[in-house]
Amino acid sequence: MKRVLIIGAMSAIAEHCARIWAARGDELYLVARNEAHVQTIASDLRVRGASSVTINCVDLNEMDRHVELLDAAENAMGGVDIVLIAHGTLSNQKSCELSVNQTLQEIQTNALSTVSLLTLIANRFEAKRDGTICVISSVAGDRGRASNYVYGAAKAMVTAFTSGLRQRLHKSNVAVVTIKPGFVDTPMTAEFKKGLLWAKPNMVATKIVIAIDKKREEVYVPAFWWLMMQVITMIPNKIFKKMGF
Amino acid sequence: MTFTTTISGWGNYPQQEAQLLTPSSCAALHAVIKREGSVIARGMGRSYGDSANAPKVLQTSHCDHFVEFDEKTGRLTAEAGIILREILKVIVHRGWFLPVTPGTSYVTFGGAIASDVHGKNHHISGTFGQHVKSIRMVLGTGEVVTTSEDENPDLFHATCGGMGLTGVIISATIQLLPIRSSLINQKTIKADCIEAACEAFEDNSSTTYSVAWIDCLAKGKSLGRSVLMLGEHAESGGFKIDIKDPVSIPFNTPSALLSSLTMKTFNGAYWHKANHNHTQTVPLMPYFYPLDAIGNWNKLYGKSGFLQFQCVIPKDDGIENMRKLLTEIAESGEGSFLAVLKEFGKANINLLSFPTEGYTLALDFKVTTSAIITLHRLEDMVVGMGGRVYLTKDAVMQEATFKATYPKWEEFESVRDKYGAIGKFSSAQSKRLGLA
Repeated sequence: MKRVLIIGAMSAIAEHCARIWAARGDELYLVARNEAHVQTIASDLRVRGASSVTINCVDLNEMDRHVELLDAAENAMGGVDIVLIAHGTLSNQKSCELSVNQTLQEIQTNALSTVSLLTLIANRFEAKRDGTICVISSVAGDRGRASNYVYGAAKAMVTAFTSGLRQRLHKSNVAVVTIKPGFVDTPMTAEFKKGLLWAKPNMVATKIVIAIDKKREEVYVPAFWWLMMQVITMIPNKIFKKMGF
Repeated sequence: MTFTTTISGWGNYPQQEAQLLTPSSCAALHAVIKREGSVIARGMGRSYGDSANAPKVLQTSHCDHFVEFDEKTGRLTAEAGIILREILKVIVHRGWFLPVTPGTSYVTFGGAIASDVHGKNHHISGTFGQHVKSIRMVLGTGEVVTTSEDENPDLFHATCGGMGLTGVIISATIQLLPIRSSLINQKTIKADCIEAACEAFEDNSSTTYSVAWIDCLAKGKSLGRSVLMLGEHAESGGFKIDIKDPVSIPFNTPSALLSSLTMKTFNGAYWHKANHNHTQTVPLMPYFYPLDAIGNWNKLYGKSGFLQFQCVIPKDDGIENMRKLLTEIAESGEGSFLAVLKEFGKANINLLSFPTEGYTLALDFKVTTSAIITLHRLEDMVVGMGGRVYLTKDAVMQEATFKATYPKWEEFESVRDKYGAIGKFSSAQSKRLGLA
């Protein structure tokens, strides 16, 4: 039985991971913004077999509360074996372009709050020489594109940060898993027309849980995104700047 | 939270351009209903025809949570968008099963109620809705109400089997069936003609599960030859359940694969392969959901899609009438890959529920103009026999047929009117059948 801290438990991907852990009988600690909705998720996870589910509603942008949050999770479960960081917002690129505040806010939510949590968790796991940290980054972080470079830039920071952290923590027996999902059919992407490239959150979650079990490093989900991103990152800027996607 | 796309039922016919509304939670549901004009709820899109087609559909994918499960009493409450397969993952290893299950586990809980689905135990256990204890739903007014046998019973009996036309189900409570094992003792009986098949149903009416595969292409003396499959929950063997992801057919196959010659061979082989009076113990999943192993077998019918025809005819003159239907189907040469025969028990009091006492026959037709003409001819024959056609399978029934064979349709309309459903909930099917 694992003790799993899920930060951003309302994310559809995180919720589907939680369903898999619940079915295994794991202990879960859910951190989310919306009290009513996370209650719904918690009841669901209890029925699915989670041995315990605790809820903590906080706004993760209040970074001075992160220590308190981690303490509370450790106390509730008697320690933490796995942390899944999945919170985030899909930035509205157009309105970010018109507002410095909004741009910085998106960077704050999607990158800085994660960096803050990772710094604290890393030290705790390093000290006990055990644990797995999994962070949901994005293929959008592999190369900035006109259509969503604010979100992409934040995710690029998360990817680079976790890459360094993975190296640092390797000798302390702590695994850092970076997940790069492509397009996933979730409430966050409800307004996008879905095509062949879109994956279902339960499928993505299955891959994430396997990646955590096997302590993988960087994982593209679905796997074909690895190839797509290899190609996309290789396109010379001279050509890339003229492309319209 | 909306975009436009092409949708269709499981038969891939008819198709429709639709705006998909996907509320992120049940809490967001009633805001959407209040805001939008006419919508229809859509779950897995597993009804065959156009009952979940409309210009605006309300996709319930994110309303898929368990609410409560009492392991001692077997009462389960869950949101409407959860699929039966997910429910099975949770209940079977704890000693419970669905009291009634359709032939696929890929339908939503809400869809099962809206279609008031039946299973191989209809003659004993009735329909799915008969085990539903209460339903929470959003009305056309945006109001959330609870309905059950005791609370707003008129709404309850219109909603079970009401094809989503009375409102949108948020969640429901169902009484599950206790089981002692996840295994099924299956017995196979071969019946060499329709009389023998009906007699076999009669002889085995106390068996919990019974269904027959019928060879629709057999003519003459062999007309209606069938393989009956009887089943009982085993008394021992543990609660192992293996729920795998299915193998998918990635694209529409050339429909030549389903030519009448291949079908004849398939049906014939099935008949000859079966062993008479053969008993074996099989796991629950392949017993109840054999086709779920292939993710999208509907694509076997190619791009044009297929129609399913399921009718029920009364027991009186049932054998003679079934013979007439089978003759008509055999002569059309368009009959199907999958043909199922079953004896139904008594009808329930739900206003639009399909099952009535008698024999039900279900089969597929590849969509062609002549198949639609055949279906209309079969439909007319069924009306003459005092039977009816299943709304969940239907894509082509004519308004007059519907109104003649579902005599409570006017009562259904007045319940819809009373609860503010008219103008708020409609589907391509409800429009075709002349409902307001």
